[in-house]
Amino acid sequence: MTDMAVDTSATAELPRTKTDWLPLLLVPALALAALPFVGSGSTWVTLTVAGLAMGMMIFLMASGLTLVFGLMDIINFGHGVFISLGAYATLLVLGPLAGWAAAESLGLNLALLGLCIVAAMAVTGVVGAVFERVIVRPVYGSHLKQILVTMGGLIVAEQAIHAIWGASPIPIPLPETLRGAFVFGDIVVERYRVVAVGIGLVVFIGMQLLLNRTRIGLLIRAGVENPEMVEALGYRIRRLFVSVFVAGSALAGLGGVMWAFYRQTLTAGMGMEVMVLVFIVIIVGGLGSVGGCFVGSILVALVANYVGFVAPKLALISNILVMALVLIWRPQGLFPVARR
Amino acid sequence: MIEPLLKLSDVHTHVGPYHILHGVYFDIPEGELTMLLGRNGAGKTTTLRTIMGLWKASSGEIRFGEKDITAMSTPDIARSGIAYVPESMGIFTDLTVRENIVLAARSGPVDSARLDWILGLLPALKRFWNLPAGNLSGGQKQMLAIARAIAEPRRLLLVDEPTKGLAPVMVRSMIEAFKALKAAGETILLVEQSFYAASALGDNVLVMDDGRIVHSGAMSDLVADKALQQRLLGLSLDAHQ
Repeated sequence: MTDMAVDTSATAELPRTKTDWLPLLLVPALALAALPFVGSGSTWVTLTVAGLAMGMMIFLMASGLTLVFGLMDIINFGHGVFISLGAYATLLVLGPLAGWAAAESLGLNLALLGLCIVAAMAVTGVVGAVFERVIVRPVYGSHLKQILVTMGGLIVAEQAIHAIWGASPIPIPLPETLRGAFVFGDIVVERYRVVAVGIGLVVFIGMQLLLNRTRIGLLIRAGVENPEMVEALGYRIRRLFVSVFVAGSALAGLGGVMWAFYRQTLTAGMGMEVMVLVFIVIIVGGLGSVGGCFVGSILVALVANYVGFVAPKLALISNILVMALVLIWRPQGLFPVARR
Repeated sequence: MIEPLLKLSDVHTHVGPYHILHGVYFDIPEGELTMLLGRNGAGKTTTLRTIMGLWKASSGEIRFGEKDITAMSTPDIARSGIAYVPESMGIFTDLTVRENIVLAARSGPVDSARLDWILGLLPALKRFWNLPAGNLSGGQKQMLAIARAIAEPRRLLLVDEPTKGLAPVMVRSMIEAFKALKAAGETILLVEQSFYAASALGDNVLVMDDGRIVHSGAMSDLVADKALQQRLLGLSLDAHQ
């Protein structure tokens, strides 16, 4: 080795780490700004907690898609089917363990929910692997073909759900102890929403740890920015693509379970119905950004709740309005991911 | 006769409808620094990308050591021992300097003696160790790109225009860094537009034009022959000093 050294530090100023706080401050700022319009403090708390819970469910459904979109540059309109499939997979558990849902035991009820999640993630993960191999892989690099083919895949999968479970909506019971609400004075907080917030937070923290503290996470983040360079470093990015697609599908399945218990009804089209919201959230957050998806989900859900209460006639356009305003402010979304 | 580390024979590359490389032949000897010169559009970057498998050669043969790597995938080519620093540097700006280097060390944690050597070579990186690479200046990013390429021992470094767009002080620093790498016995194929940098570093020189190698030889011969410089590159070293 050599002792020759190149020291440019004398002439270089130490750059500061830029922490982008503004998008994070948006959520509390929005919540506080909504308070005078809502009027009642207890109603505001109820709306805020409900919005947070809805935001978490949207995040669970959207987080996989933002990674698939960001890393693989795949526009997967078929993502909704994994939400539906995850929801229907709960039947595999609810059938044999119906007694657990009726039991007045929080432990049994949460165990049932956990088993539903495991079943849903397993089913959607396997179907996701097949979907990637058969439908997505032949159309890498062509957005138009991706839209057409994944839409086709979505239609076929929805019809397959009809063929397997029937076309009629299927009611599912919310586990006994997760029904009802916690009441604190005038504040009403539904129990299931608290569970949804908890699961959403666990998944978000888990994803952050995975992406920031592990080599596979570094690879995913690097791959979102520059897949070609990841390959030039000797990593097989195709394998990473498949893993991320499977994980994204499994996360959609998890979101599907939470969404199913929230609606308490299963329909084959339930995933597709939320896809507009899912796409809005990942665009608002910044394509490929898990943190952006998290903040975007909460933002969109809170706005929907506040606007729905204050000006119900505007509720339908509130999501589009949020997206438009965010994109005017930041055309690449709240947390733009550096792109190739 | 000593076998070259890298050998290109009649390599043709098409990019979309364009025929960029028209039968490239050259050898890269082990342990030496070879400069690849030529005007814009001559095919230098395409040559490096073809060696790395980022653009596939449509015909011809690329041999690296004993292996024919012409049809190999980019990850396999990298795993065979070739490191690549693209013109764009390919830095992961969302990752810290440390994370960029961690990722480059594919086989596990970076060897601490090697890391000391790298940070001795490019000490500026030490100051920015835990900062996002996106915060670095152009010259610092280039240093990180080189540090990443040598994070693990490689048999060949391909570096595309490392001094492009850098301030003169950074160009001098970069030249010193490559001199140190050369002294450490690294085999390097370096694309350059700056004849000043090329003449300071190169053991050998290849000149490309219109997708072909039009000259190959010792760098010292080209430096000494102003008429040849004028004919091949349309310049003289004097004009660049």
